[in-house]
Amino acid sequence: MTLAATAGLLAAGPNARAAAETHGFLSPTGVEIAFLLVGLVTFGAAIVTVTTRQLVHAALWLVVALGGLAVEYLLLTAEFIAWVQVLIYVGSVVVLLLFGLMLTRAPIGRSPDADSGNRWAALTVAVAAAAALVWVVVDAFRTTWIDLDGPAAGSTEATGASLFQNWVLPFEALSVLLLAALVGAIVLSRKAKAEAATAADSTPATRSRTDRSETDRSEKEGTR
Amino acid sequence: MNDALDVTLRLLIVFVVFLTFPLVIGQTEHKVMAHMQGRLGPMYAGGFHGWAQLVADGVKFAQKEDIVPAGADRRIFQLAPAVALLPYLLVLLAIPIGPGEGAVGQVIDAGVFFVLAVMGVGVLGSLMAGWASANKFSLLGGLRTAAQLLAYELPMLLTAASVAMAAGTVSLPGIVDAFEWWWVPWQIVGAIVFFVAGLAELQRPPFDMPVADSEIIFGAYTEYTGLRFALFLLAEYAGIVVLCGLTTVLFLGGWHGPWGADGLGWVWTLLKAAVLAFLVIWLRVTYPRLREDQLQKLSWTLLVPLSLAQIALTGIVKVVIQ
Repeated sequence: MTLAATAGLLAAGPNARAAAETHGFLSPTGVEIAFLLVGLVTFGAAIVTVTTRQLVHAALWLVVALGGLAVEYLLLTAEFIAWVQVLIYVGSVVVLLLFGLMLTRAPIGRSPDADSGNRWAALTVAVAAAAALVWVVVDAFRTTWIDLDGPAAGSTEATGASLFQNWVLPFEALSVLLLAALVGAIVLSRKAKAEAATAADSTPATRSRTDRSETDRSEKEGTR
Repeated sequence: MNDALDVTLRLLIVFVVFLTFPLVIGQTEHKVMAHMQGRLGPMYAGGFHGWAQLVADGVKFAQKEDIVPAGADRRIFQLAPAVALLPYLLVLLAIPIGPGEGAVGQVIDAGVFFVLAVMGVGVLGSLMAGWASANKFSLLGGLRTAAQLLAYELPMLLTAASVAMAAGTVSLPGIVDAFEWWWVPWQIVGAIVFFVAGLAELQRPPFDMPVADSEIIFGAYTEYTGLRFALFLLAEYAGIVVLCGLTTVLFLGGWHGPWGADGLGWVWTLLKAAVLAFLVIWLRVTYPRLREDQLQKLSWTLLVPLSLAQIALTGIVKVVIQ
């Protein structure tokens, strides 16, 4: 047993250790079978997502894959994480994706050009990433079992407590990262807009640089 | 009572509520609209004040031919109404109408998140319908639906978070249990923002630009006929039930009211929700439709800052009273 596995066991407490002794891989419970089946569905949906030639279908299969993940979280008793998964990914990210598709190009039927020449590179990266993740997770939680009869280990209260007691620093770092991304997106879009406006204004191209910055400023004031 | 029977009974009751309450609201809408606009409204079906008009409408929808346009993406076109309708059924399961375990379909630990998450999924139905119809009006409607959802989901979540902060829990029965009367003035801004954002998410007037019938011919639903179209309409009215129920539970204290919450608690919940439903209809009849850019502006420049201010206020008061 490695250090990570020991740490996982210690964190999970005596309940998990007791549970580990009574469980075996050859006598699965109903929840474990359901977990496996939902996992297969999720995996299948994910594969269809990246192989289908119909753009919007790919986005909708992504909904199935992400929803399947939410069900897996539920089966692992992480109820809060499951609903957040649905809220953020199914409710917002996929809607944003569909919005982008519909705004640009979303033909009904197959798009023959919806393929990438980097298929093998992408496959290699995906397999490598999956292998690394699976190895880390298996190594860390090898013999940890969730006690389904006890209090829910992933309830909102438990998740919140561990997030804001043990993991405050990563949480704050992530929120700063997201804020930076947000500000960056705003700066980029404003700059592009201002440049487009000046380009449209000064088509004769005889204007000096100071002129341009002045129109720039007035444009910004106009939008305010 | 044994467990299986208990679960079956609860599911059955929620299902019956899901099938009847939207119809009651539809009938009320007929009557309220007629009165507010100084006209008769449907008066003949069934005899007394046209009470059977909705039944007649249902029969009409069932008789119509179910058409799928030749250029449409057949499977997604047919699946869309179910995706639009089912989330509201699931949400209804989690809304408590009275105190105790007996008056809620299923107690969910993270109820607020469950409800908002699943409601957001319903919009996927409109998007699928808009895209799969192979019709430019439908596509426009779908686009506007998506833009509207993205704009109004945020203030809705933030104000719900404000109530969760005030109550110290994200479970819906827990929030109502913790409710005190002075929460109403404390959370009033949040309540208004939540209700307005909910109206926009349901695409009810005055936020019905995505389905504007006089401009883009009912948007995403242009190509739908018969029962599938009826399912979309049912989803809209079920959405009203859910929104009014949620606003009642989160902001208006659910079953709390004069003369105690025991026994008559559920009456208070239903009464408050009914008043809100009347408000929804009232707004539809009397308020002009917002233009698409006004819609976006209202959310990003007014509702989002207001909801952030509400969260700040909630935090300050919470710290002060502790």
